[in-house]
Amino acid sequence: MQALTNRLKLVNRKPMTFVEKLYLWNILKGMAITFRHIFKRKATINYPEQKRTFSPVFRGLQVLNRDEEGKERCTACGLCAVACPAEAITMEAAERSSNETHLYREEKFAARFEINMLRCIFCGLCEEACPKNAIYLSQTFAPSNYSRKGFIYKKDDLLIPHPKENPDAYAKALGERKKITN
Amino acid sequence: MAEQKQILKVTIDNISVEVEQGTTVLQAARKIGGDVAPPAMCYYSKLNGSGGKCRTCLVEIAAGSSADPRPMPKLVASCRTPVMDGMVVKNITSEKVIDARNGVVEFLLINHPLDCPVCDQAGECDLQDLSFNHGKASTRFEFERRTFEKEDVGPNIQLHMNRCILCYRCTYVADQLTNERVHGVLDRGDHSEISTYISKAIDNDFSGNMIDVCPVGALTDKTFRFKNRVWFTKPVDAHRDCEKCCGKVTLWRRGRDVLRVTARKDEWNEVQSFEGNTGWICNECRFDKKHIGDWEYDGETNIKRHSVIAQGKYPWLVMPKEILPDVMGGRDPKLMMDIHDVSEVNDPIIDLSKIKGPSTSKTFNK
Ligand code: SF4
Ligand code: SF4
Ligand code: SF4
Ligand code: FES
Repeated sequence: MQALTNRLKLVNRKPMTFVEKLYLWNILKGMAITFRHIFKRKATINYPEQKRTFSPVFRGLQVLNRDEEGKERCTACGLCAVACPAEAITMEAAERSSNETHLYREEKFAARFEINMLRCIFCGLCEEACPKNAIYLSQTFAPSNYSRKGFIYKKDDLLIPHPKENPDAYAKALGERKKITN
Repeated sequence: MAEQKQILKVTIDNISVEVEQGTTVLQAARKIGGDVAPPAMCYYSKLNGSGGKCRTCLVEIAAGSSADPRPMPKLVASCRTPVMDGMVVKNITSEKVIDARNGVVEFLLINHPLDCPVCDQAGECDLQDLSFNHGKASTRFEFERRTFEKEDVGPNIQLHMNRCILCYRCTYVADQLTNERVHGVLDRGDHSEISTYISKAIDNDFSGNMIDVCPVGALTDKTFRFKNRVWFTKPVDAHRDCEKCCGKVTLWRRGRDVLRVTARKDEWNEVQSFEGNTGWICNECRFDKKHIGDWEYDGETNIKRHSVIAQGKYPWLVMPKEILPDVMGGRDPKLMMDIHDVSEVNDPIIDLSKIKGPSTSKTFNK
């Protein structure tokens, strides 16, 4: 019969020799293999001291973005919420008053904004739907928590640090993302 | 002697229809329905004299009539062109029409701010649908868009002149429904704008209907301003006995809160007629009756399947019986978390329907 691949190996059905029958020899052979791996490169890393870098397209925890002046970009248009297949996003809008123009970019802003991380499947559709570049998925994942309550992320948990008041934290949160203009 | 109305036969996109004399091409096309009906931004069948302003309804007349079968040299506005016997009209079957309509949409959007994420009309906006179907992804307009400050037209109506396409529908409402028109189109050409003289308040009982006829978000309901997006509210038909109007409305609800009241719309996004009368509603019904107890429920509003408003609403859904309590001896399963205990959104203490205008940060930071 013709072999389908060239990796075919015939089973050796020769009767075992005396040394082989002792089994000790085979055990030693196995030990040698194990021993050799001690000197090889490790497949694991010491998390959390060491962390792997995520790929740039990794979809992690959502961040609500601000513009360069620190104004919140989100205008509570609800497009992320309607795009979300898991129905994880809820929000409530409010009108910006004249003394809040330094806080919000648009006439309307999200007074409340919540993402239920228990529902979120990190598909990134919210980022894709957003017309204001206001939400993006960062390269971190939601940290574990002792209670379910801790997974309801409010606006304060999601907002990026202020670029003027806290530039280091802002840059860190922005990560490898290119700076969004306009 | 009563004059017998002649029955004329027209062919629109290869579909023949018989209509009375005096019918416009647009109405004949609407009689056929579906995609054959050209979109209309300024024409409103319930307002006399409307139409002829926006040119979105352009069609090609391939044959003028059976008596004179020559084609018309230019595309014509179907809302203002009466049919002739033996007329052959091309709407979606004509490349010229589609091309011209794309151009019209580009013109309509020249000064439009495209602030749909902020606009309360988004989701039920004729211009949004039109530009979705015919618009370009980018603009070729290189100049400043004209801008206006937002303006109050009376206590309950907000005018965003930036978004206006000057269809004149609202002025017809004021002319034909209210006894004293105090607003209109000021200036000419590119400068023209809808305004009231010296911001004079419009306090007529039927002024609110301008909101319903406005095809864009230029005139919006201030009592609904920023309360929610249209597609997250649930429309239901309801009625009440009203001395001033027909009292037949659509309530836009979030839970038990009535966030908005509008007149009932038909398939052309126009106010429905009841027994031959247009179902305009009065300002009291529209702005002041925001309690569910004010209304008697008539049934769920029919929403077109492809509309974004239909999202998350499954009227045909039959919920299977919850069997868990049965197998657990009548005991309900233990909830690990009730989202309402944690979530701050939809706080029952903050009843948005009771707030007259839009909510502000004060509303939420009490
Ligand atoms: S990542 Fe997907 S599931 Fe998660 S909030 Fe965004 S749209 Fe919803
Ligand atoms: S995050 Fe973006 S899509 Fe979501 S409400 Fe804000 S502006 Fe709209
Ligand atoms: S405000 Fe609305 S109804 Fe009035 S002319 Fe402008 S677009 Fe038309
Ligand atoms: S609808 Fe006919 S010109 Fe506007």
